[in-house]
Amino acid sequence: MAEKPRLKLPKEAKKGDVIEIKTLLAHTMESGQRKDKDGKTIPRKIINKFTCEFNGKPVFSTTLEPAIAANPYMQFYAKVTESGTFKFTWTDDDGSVTTAEEKITVA
Amino acid sequence: MRQLSRRAALLLGASGAALTIAGWNSDAFAAAKDAADDIAKFTGGKTAEKGKVSIELPEIAENGNTVPLSIAVDSPMTADNYVTDVLVVADGNPRPGVATFHFSPLSGKAEASTRIRLATTQNIIAVAKTSKGEFFTAQKLVKVTIGGCGG
Repeated sequence: MAEKPRLKLPKEAKKGDVIEIKTLLAHTMESGQRKDKDGKTIPRKIINKFTCEFNGKPVFSTTLEPAIAANPYMQFYAKVTESGTFKFTWTDDDGSVTTAEEKITVA
Repeated sequence: MRQLSRRAALLLGASGAALTIAGWNSDAFAAAKDAADDIAKFTGGKTAEKGKVSIELPEIAENGNTVPLSIAVDSPMTADNYVTDVLVVADGNPRPGVATFHFSPLSGKAEASTRIRLATTQNIIAVAKTSKGEFFTAQKLVKVTIGGCGG
């Protein structure tokens, strides 16, 4: 998992705000439908699960299928009532996991 | 003799055409049926009501490799009434599954956007499930100029 995921969310928010979160992970999302030049099917290798937690509580998650484009992009929302840390997790078909964290101050 | 061969030729032509149509139909039909099966599994056989769900997609996707998709469900998103899951299927892809979004009251809004691959012109269907066990659905046709499943 070479590249760092890209995250975009505010550093600060007011209590009760619904904030927008954008995430992007560089990944080929090999669909398992393509064939190489010898006509053999290239095996599927995708990110199959994305989750977002805030202070350990689930906020949003997605089950991804091969129909998700390369470099899976997710935009979603979170309601914040306290300061804390968002944790993002991407799970690959091969079992490897990429994580990222971002803090937010809620006044 | 001449008549016979002409009839034979006609018959051949007709059956050939019928075969082509049947073949094409069964492919499209299989994909749509798979999508319907996925939805039935998600709803547990319940019928989803039309409405509350909106799908945002370009009308014409020039590049099927990356098509922006946004789903929004009209819901108060409170602890006792919120959207739990949204299933998205595409009825013309080699496999119908696109994604399932899982929400919680902490999501604040039942809205999500991502980018998807579409093999051909087809319908995108979204089905939302609420914490009360209700199902809502919407569907949108998207025209695809260049397919995005690679060959």
